[in-house]
Amino acid sequence: MTELTLAKALGSGLRRALSDDDKVVLLGEDIGALGGVFRVTDGLQADFGKDRVIDTPLAEAGIIGTAVGLAFRGYRPVCEIQFDGFIYPGFDQIVAQVAKLHYRTAGKVRMPLTIRVPYGGGIGAVEHHSESPEAYFAHTAGLRVVTCSTPQDAHSMLREAIACDDPVLFFEPKRRYWTKGEVDEDATALPMGKARVVVEGSDVTLVSYGPLVGTALDAAAAAADDGVSIEVIDLRSLAPVDFDTVSASVRKTGRLVITHEAQQSGGLGAEIAATLTDRCFFYLEAAPVRITGFDVPYPPAKLEEHFLPDLDRILDGVDRTLGRVNSLTGWSAS
Amino acid sequence: MSTTVPVTAKNSVAKKQTPEFVQLLDPDGHRLSDELYDPWVSDVTGDQLASLYEDLIIVRRIDAEATALQRQGELGLWPPLFGQEAAQVGSARTLRPDDFVFSSYRENAVAYCRGVKLPDLLRVWRGTAASGWNPFEVGMATPAIIIGAQTLHATGYALGCKYDGVDSVAVAYFGDGATSEGDVNEAMVFAASFAAPVIFFCQNNQWAISEPVGLQAQRPIADRAPGFGIPSIRVDGNDVLAVMAATRSALDRARNGAGPTFIEAVTYRRGPHTTSDDPSRYINPVVAKEWEARDPIARVEAYLRAEGVLTDALAASIQSRADQVAADFRAGCLALENPQPLSVFDNVYATEHTELSRQRSQYTAYLEGFDND
Repeated sequence: MTELTLAKALGSGLRRALSDDDKVVLLGEDIGALGGVFRVTDGLQADFGKDRVIDTPLAEAGIIGTAVGLAFRGYRPVCEIQFDGFIYPGFDQIVAQVAKLHYRTAGKVRMPLTIRVPYGGGIGAVEHHSESPEAYFAHTAGLRVVTCSTPQDAHSMLREAIACDDPVLFFEPKRRYWTKGEVDEDATALPMGKARVVVEGSDVTLVSYGPLVGTALDAAAAAADDGVSIEVIDLRSLAPVDFDTVSASVRKTGRLVITHEAQQSGGLGAEIAATLTDRCFFYLEAAPVRITGFDVPYPPAKLEEHFLPDLDRILDGVDRTLGRVNSLTGWSAS
Repeated sequence: MSTTVPVTAKNSVAKKQTPEFVQLLDPDGHRLSDELYDPWVSDVTGDQLASLYEDLIIVRRIDAEATALQRQGELGLWPPLFGQEAAQVGSARTLRPDDFVFSSYRENAVAYCRGVKLPDLLRVWRGTAASGWNPFEVGMATPAIIIGAQTLHATGYALGCKYDGVDSVAVAYFGDGATSEGDVNEAMVFAASFAAPVIFFCQNNQWAISEPVGLQAQRPIADRAPGFGIPSIRVDGNDVLAVMAATRSALDRARNGAGPTFIEAVTYRRGPHTTSDDPSRYINPVVAKEWEARDPIARVEAYLRAEGVLTDALAASIQSRADQVAADFRAGCLALENPQPLSVFDNVYATEHTELSRQRSQYTAYLEGFDND
């Protein structure tokens, strides 16, 4: 057991994966001597060499497409996309090749790629450095999409993602990179496809993932002071979603609030609300509520507090499910 | 016959010094001498050239058969390779079994040379499967339909060969249109930076559907590669011997750690882009006629006849063999089985996840409902 930041826990996960399997190679921009712009790969090139921790030219399609070829050759590539908003030049290779090659070849060609993506806002960054593009990938058959919220999960889930024979988009909550927590490298981990009930509660189910899990926990603590019992679920896997765990919770609480940083329309929240309405219709006391980023491009740093869900907006959503006075009381679209 | 295919007094003509365009057999079947590239084919015997001739005849024949199958409604679509036989056969026949090909969808002659079973060429176009064969059995990935995407895969595979310490080579096949794609340019950057043992084999067939090559490149495409630090060869793509020589020289470089080579095989797509296309809307028939005179098969035939290797009897037996292959090809096409309905769910993942299993289970129940009616 060691106390590590989430970024260091990812680094130790990569180190273990490189040690455990000769076929694991890392590809990305600035991941060598610099150790990545967030230092996640700090020291790895020095220890494993330039053929296993590969500084690539600045081309995201090139990184992913080259990794596809390495996978054909039996390698297990781990690609780093430097920032969320830089993934789009690699989008075609991810959705048209990585996601489809196993299906296309009737299972003859496996694509055990892990694509690491620092994502989300809250760090006062410029454009293209704060986005949450997970829904594009959750929508794509053939991919698995996961995200972590704690150092232990960062370490364990990353190793599981690398060992997975299917391609995994691994979203890292960049504003939580410096969050500290205990990490046991040999812990028996909850499988990455499973959601975790972080705090049990009886009145409202609050589903979150990645950077907003911490915010959701703060909201639950504040609500408890107000006599409202919130059950917080860390989704962890976004494709597939562990609907069994969420359903079991909603059947208990009868109320569902989903929160994510990503824009609302067509997002994970919509999928979860629709599926839970389908599976738990007769258990629901109120319509599911989504507290998300607005349907605008990620705004300039001085406006991001008006984009990102925070504790108050989440509690406002909780009030809506409880039929309490809330920000929409008396509001009318006209 | 065991003589090689040399420049002899009988067949040779003085070659213009055009190092930027490699040609060893001119359109009339004259063997041209080339100091640089002759050594790469000095071992090729008359019989071996006759064997390549047979390949050319067979791939043209099955290509025509596939077009006919499409016209008869047996295939949804077919991308003919008519005119590009030498570029594909000449390059593919130089590869070793442990080399690996990443191609686009028109490389059916390459697939034939790699040993792909003929009906497997048709699965995609008949709609019975998403791809035709096991890549690892023949050393050739199933075609990429997204233009240029496979060049990166070839580069990554080549990098893997280098890391593995083997001298296998990856070959990326693509067309002139693909050279405008970002992926192809990124592939060349990666290949050059890492000295990856990959050959970029561009068949410049003059057309990207209806767009002439002049829309993709203002200079010969081969001129682009040196800017990436990749040596390039511009070769007569309708000259099977020259294509073979160029490919062998590139393979030699790759196997010896000298990194990537770019080959522009200048050829002409004599048919439509696919069976859905209508070239009469955009081709110049005069130019098409000029290319017909540069046909890849006619020149080999002229040479082999002049050398006495190809007799009427041999030509007839090759044609008869091609007809038989085409008949088997057709029978194999018609025998392809339609996939089972529930196989739509198969192989999305190596390990299927619960939500997909749920959809599979629900659709199974839905289909079973019809049985009960």
